[in-house]
Amino acid sequence: MNDKKKHKKRHSRNREFLVVTYSFLALFLCLSGYLCYFIAYQSSDFITSSYNKRASALSATTIRGDILAADGTVLATSSVDENEEETREYPTGELFSHVVGYYYNGRSGLEKDANYLLLDSHEDYLEQFQYTLQGKKVQGDSVVTTLDTNMQQIAYNDMGNYNAAVIAMDPETGAILCMLSKPFFDPNTLKDQWEDVVGDASSSRLINRCTQGLYAPGSTFKIVTALAYLRQGGSLDDTFSCSGSKEVNGLTFHCYNGTAHGSMDLRKAFAKSCNVTFGTIGMNLDLDDYHKTAEDLLFNQDLPVQMNVYNTSSFDVDRNTASDLVFQTAFGQGHTLVTPLHMSMIVSAIANDGVLMRPYLIDHSQNMQGVVVKEFHPEKAKTLMTTEEAAQLQELMRGVVTSGTATALNSDLYEAYGKTGTAEFNADKEEAHSWYVGYATNGSKKLAIAVIVEEADRSSSMSIPVVKDIFDYYFSY
Amino acid sequence: MIHYVVSISRFTILLLFAFYTLDCFLALRMNIAPWKQTYYFVKQTIEMFLILINVTYVLYLQTEDRQVIFIAAIETVFFLLIFMIYGTIYENASKSLLNNMCMLMMLGFLLLTRLDISAAFRQLIIAIFAFAITCFIPYVIEHVKVVRNFSYAYAALGLLGLFLVLAFGSVSYGAKLSLRFGPLSLQPSEFVKLLFVIFVAAMYTKSKSLKQIIITTGIAMLHVLLLVASKDLGSAMIFTFTYLILIYVCTKRLYWLFLGLGTTAVGAMLAYRMFTHVQVRVTAWQDPLSVVDDAGYQICQSLFAIGTGGWYGSGIGNGMPGTIPVVTKDFIFSAMCEEYGVLFGLCFIFVCISCFLMIFNIALELDDTFYRYVAIGLGTVYGFQVFVNIGGVTKFIPSTGVTLPFVSYGGSSLLSTMAMFSIVQGLYVVKQRQEAHHNER
Repeated sequence: MNDKKKHKKRHSRNREFLVVTYSFLALFLCLSGYLCYFIAYQSSDFITSSYNKRASALSATTIRGDILAADGTVLATSSVDENEEETREYPTGELFSHVVGYYYNGRSGLEKDANYLLLDSHEDYLEQFQYTLQGKKVQGDSVVTTLDTNMQQIAYNDMGNYNAAVIAMDPETGAILCMLSKPFFDPNTLKDQWEDVVGDASSSRLINRCTQGLYAPGSTFKIVTALAYLRQGGSLDDTFSCSGSKEVNGLTFHCYNGTAHGSMDLRKAFAKSCNVTFGTIGMNLDLDDYHKTAEDLLFNQDLPVQMNVYNTSSFDVDRNTASDLVFQTAFGQGHTLVTPLHMSMIVSAIANDGVLMRPYLIDHSQNMQGVVVKEFHPEKAKTLMTTEEAAQLQELMRGVVTSGTATALNSDLYEAYGKTGTAEFNADKEEAHSWYVGYATNGSKKLAIAVIVEEADRSSSMSIPVVKDIFDYYFSY
Repeated sequence: MIHYVVSISRFTILLLFAFYTLDCFLALRMNIAPWKQTYYFVKQTIEMFLILINVTYVLYLQTEDRQVIFIAAIETVFFLLIFMIYGTIYENASKSLLNNMCMLMMLGFLLLTRLDISAAFRQLIIAIFAFAITCFIPYVIEHVKVVRNFSYAYAALGLLGLFLVLAFGSVSYGAKLSLRFGPLSLQPSEFVKLLFVIFVAAMYTKSKSLKQIIITTGIAMLHVLLLVASKDLGSAMIFTFTYLILIYVCTKRLYWLFLGLGTTAVGAMLAYRMFTHVQVRVTAWQDPLSVVDDAGYQICQSLFAIGTGGWYGSGIGNGMPGTIPVVTKDFIFSAMCEEYGVLFGLCFIFVCISCFLMIFNIALELDDTFYRYVAIGLGTVYGFQVFVNIGGVTKFIPSTGVTLPFVSYGGSSLLSTMAMFSIVQGLYVVKQRQEAHHNER
């Protein structure tokens, strides 16, 4: 009897105890699960942070690893003398100077972004044991990039004496194949020439123009204006007329060379790069929506990229902007500033039916035996526009090559799409920056590209030959 | 050579601790034969000393400091003494709880030896004193029945302690936590936690009338408000949730729990709106890297350590736990993860789980209502404190700055946790006697 009663009493108090016990267990299992998730998926953001002092401590025991191009070409390597003194060498010299970066007075480029990976070592335990016994440093892991040595060389050759930026990536993966910025510096001799290089303020040689150079977008910005127009109910078939110039708020704006384009649809206005048409379109847009479209395309936003150092593009038109400034902005002048990296991301998304893949340079790291240590997979960053919108922009950009300002890019090997641009940086000067942004496809692969040649001759599209050479090379294999 | 020993030791230490953890749960099973239980406890004790030897060996190789061996020797004597005293005086004490207390304390000593050997010595001396004081507690519990009669006195004493901190406390990391007496500093909230549990248990043992509930809840809220005013958000959180659990267990009514949770949520929202230091903590929690220079500094340093250490850790002496602010106190779990590995950290979490499971288990078995409430309250305090600490340093929840029981450096924390476990041991002894009594009949 007593036992039964006791049992019953226990049972009735059991419920609260079980609820409390199981709630606690659940709480702690969530905590443990989270900790595992953190280590497996989130920790790399923290490990590789430049604020993590552990990386520099590793350099006492580890030889900094190599940086390699996709084909295995050594872009950076370290040699060690008998006193265990390390020297960093760059066999390709100035060719990859900005993208690989420097390792002196701070770090830049991949030397900065991949710092932790290069100092981590996954050598065989027995080998590490041996080295430690001998008092030697162990070899750090190598970082294999997505860079294509041949493409970089083509860009290098074509740019001659101009200051320029060339960036090319695979729109379907985000892998960056070419990233060239001129003027160069030679990372091998940077130490001796530091004062000269830094002191040379006018050419800002240490700046990577692809990721940090902010330029007026010129007519390449008509892509953004066109998208805003289409989103606000516009159609490719709408007709416009152009008399070669237009006066807004007492200021007169001209088409290039004052050409009167006459009556045409949006396709032709885009192909011929008609300033009057796009300026007028811009003035008639709902400016807040225009602003939103620009921000959808990552203006004024952080860019979803693997690189840690870049500048954000800016676009400042909204409902309070004066109409003459709106007019200019719509065809690419005004206050808008953009990096070549950002432009290449916009055209990548258009090429990839609206989906932007996260641009990346580091494909994987591997130990000395070539065993992959850490792999970076293509990642979808953001959908910038709908498939339909992308298709309409593709049609516009195709027109530029078939019947517009970039007919030089017609080829049997591939179908090219794009937009040329001329960015004035000083109205009094004969020269202007020459832009080309676009992509090409041969049905099985695509390549997106953004090129800017600084202070080029206004009359010729200086940026197009290098695009052609890169496409010819890329689609020939 | 050293490198090799350190690397191999990462795995041997992890393995020993994993076995220890497993034994915690194997010994916890119901209806297990007494000889088998004893087997697990002996095995655990051996594993514990093997870990001590292994870690000390590595530490000695890394530092070549004889003091490392010296302190380990004192620890060994200390632990053997604890086992002997409990073995002779309290035959009926829970060996499982005793083992865990020693194990967790030992990990604290080992981590402190690595981080700051003079702090480790101080902690060891405090531990010896704390044990000398608290080893009488089980005896008191067993023989003194009047503890439950002074409910309001506990509340008054507790509120006084918290008020003194608010009025005269010294500020560290933006919160008022401690009272300073010359070289000594006392953290009253650590002890008020225990008083608070005893107070609530005594109140609800007396009566569960609505009036009693209102009075008790009012006094409990006063505790929490004093803590919030001192900006001791971690303790405020622990007090709140402990009270909610207790009101649910005592009244057996879920609606009190939900009502309490609702009120807490509204209170938390208000606190978030009103206080910038709460907003700062939440930002630092959501995206610490964006404020790494500022509010996110601590948590980022902690995550750098845990992340870089990875599953297996960097090996003892190879990490840089010194870069984490207050690493010996609130962030000691991060130091553990960095050098011993996250897998070791997970085992640690499971040892803590086994501790509160054990305490809840004792609560379930006790016939005396007051003791039952005290046990569940203490188990809750312990569980929440571990959760709030580890959750905070791993960014699972916003970091609020509470200590990790038995492991963190600090006399108040160590003494109060030891007192807590001693009370539970006393309750366990009561339970054993009660069972013997039942069997006799």
